[in-house]
Amino acid sequence: MKPITTRVLAAAAGASSLCLPALAHAAGALEGEVVQRDTNVTAIIMFFIFVVATMGITYWAARQTKSAKDFYAAGGGITGFQNGMAIAGDYMSAASFLGISALVFASGFDGLIYSIGFLVGWPVILFLVAERLRNLGKFTFADVASFRLEQKPIRILAACGTLTVVALYLIAQMVGAGKLIQILFGLDYIIAVFIVGALMITYVMFGGMLATTWVQIIKAILLLSGATFMAVMVMWNYGFSFENLFTAATEVHDKGMAIMAPGGLVSNPVDAISLGLALMFGTAGLPHILMRFFTVGDAKEARKSVFYATGFIGYFYILTFVIGFGAIVLVLGKPEFMTGEGGLIGGDNMAAIHLAEAVGGDFFLGFISAVAFATILAVVAGLTLAGASAVSHDLYASVFRKGRCTEQQEIRVSKITTVCLGVVAIILGIAFEKQNIAFMVGLAFAIAASVNFPILFLSMFWKGLTTKGALYGGFIGLIVAVTLVVLGPTVWVAIFGFEEAIYPSKYPALWSISAAFLATFLISKMDQSEGGKNEAILFEDQYVRSQTGIGAEGASSH
Amino acid sequence: MSASIHEKVRRNPKFQELCRKRSTFAWTLAAVMLAIYYGFILVIAFAPASLGAPLWEGAKTTVGFPIGIAIIVSAFLLTGIYVKRANGEFDELTRQIIEESK
Repeated sequence: MKPITTRVLAAAAGASSLCLPALAHAAGALEGEVVQRDTNVTAIIMFFIFVVATMGITYWAARQTKSAKDFYAAGGGITGFQNGMAIAGDYMSAASFLGISALVFASGFDGLIYSIGFLVGWPVILFLVAERLRNLGKFTFADVASFRLEQKPIRILAACGTLTVVALYLIAQMVGAGKLIQILFGLDYIIAVFIVGALMITYVMFGGMLATTWVQIIKAILLLSGATFMAVMVMWNYGFSFENLFTAATEVHDKGMAIMAPGGLVSNPVDAISLGLALMFGTAGLPHILMRFFTVGDAKEARKSVFYATGFIGYFYILTFVIGFGAIVLVLGKPEFMTGEGGLIGGDNMAAIHLAEAVGGDFFLGFISAVAFATILAVVAGLTLAGASAVSHDLYASVFRKGRCTEQQEIRVSKITTVCLGVVAIILGIAFEKQNIAFMVGLAFAIAASVNFPILFLSMFWKGLTTKGALYGGFIGLIVAVTLVVLGPTVWVAIFGFEEAIYPSKYPALWSISAAFLATFLISKMDQSEGGKNEAILFEDQYVRSQTGIGAEGASSH
Repeated sequence: MSASIHEKVRRNPKFQELCRKRSTFAWTLAAVMLAIYYGFILVIAFAPASLGAPLWEGAKTTVGFPIGIAIIVSAFLLTGIYVKRANGEFDELTRQIIEESK
């Protein structure tokens, strides 16, 4: 998640979830002027090795990617374990790695509260959504939402939801990537943004979902290994005793024993519930995460994916917790990592990076820096593919050509869109360099939770949902989410500079999700059209398919 | 997958059984996860000091630490419990239903 404080990291990372503005105030750091460090040769060499390896994978993937199913869904041949790793990779962004460990470094126990919030959505997704999604869908979540509703309006709505979420995330990622790479590698911001954009286009355009998945898996393995090494080194220093580690940490930390108890991060129950809802349902509405459920062969593998993903993500959060405490004892107060004013060089978000140097020297610092870069790449590739699919599969093939186009035409549109998205991401990344973008990930989450999720959920669970209801409900969710974010502290105060926010909380999800569900329900109930009645009848067949997988897309042969 | 297959499946009592069992199971587990999480959040909101109590006399480790880890582990275990039953019992039922509808 995202927390990192500042725009920088916030941006940086990634993926999915990370990003709630909440965390944004936690640390403090990469904000403002970023100091470019000396060119880090070890890191660049290791990153270069990663790029060469992933290019090899992309080449291999390109040779297997022929049909639309190959391109969008890796042929449906990813196993549950691999997909679990890839989903975990989407979740373990640079922002979550650096951000959560920064949060633990700054506030101790509070970091764990956020980790838990990000994790608990996964079991719920498994229980309620995962297998139905797999049984009903083909390439995008709009396939599921429009299964028995009118294709055109629902696909347009879903594509708007997808593209908005993807655009907000991509900007945040590009800006974060540029700054992070500037700090870690000593490369110029603009060069960093170009490298990220170019590599991301290459992975997606040539290798499709297969390459995107494997890049994500490799990065997840590297990140988990690196983080495990750091956590083990920290524990080794303290005789593998948490009590010893905590004793040392409470002695050196300014806040003393306060780091061992909940602090002020989650003090208001309404905010806490709103944040929890955004995390849970936002995750279940993120298009690049939902797409991963179509890459496995059947519902059985889809379930396993979530099981493994939950395990890896939970393990990762425990590691970041140890790393955060490790940074307190091994980095805090060491002159080589501190500025004259008593802060960390580069800000709190650099806590894990400094710890890497403290426990593993220059070589390991280079490794972790390269992994952080790889993390950003893997996440933006997934986002780009989700955006490209919404344009080519939903808008072009289904709405514009009404299903009358060949797979090759559809793939071509997808590849063209990938290039366009890449170019737009580079331009926006440069344009937003100096802007405050801390609100973007929170907004992306709120939109995913208030637009994509309600439609998806009700289309699977509620017979009475009609096209009209879904359409109005989705747009009302969108309007409420955007309005509350604009009127809230992250935009109204931080960007427009007003004294006080009109809507006092950073978390709109409680209201925007409720509004979306309520509006969808009421309007569907009032919809007496023939189309609406017919949709209720179609629900019966959809229900059989969602429960049994009869008629579902199977795995392709290779 | 003609309409008749769907009709046959719907009339199969095993299909009713599958849907009923799975839905009860899934919603129960979801409720357990939500209760654990929101219980934790409510304790943080209303009684944060209780999580800051030392785990034993004189310890630096507080009660909140093992509880936090336990919640992470419980999320993993709950998914494991669901997957075990769904990939075994429920998939077997599904297989029978599909078989009988052919």
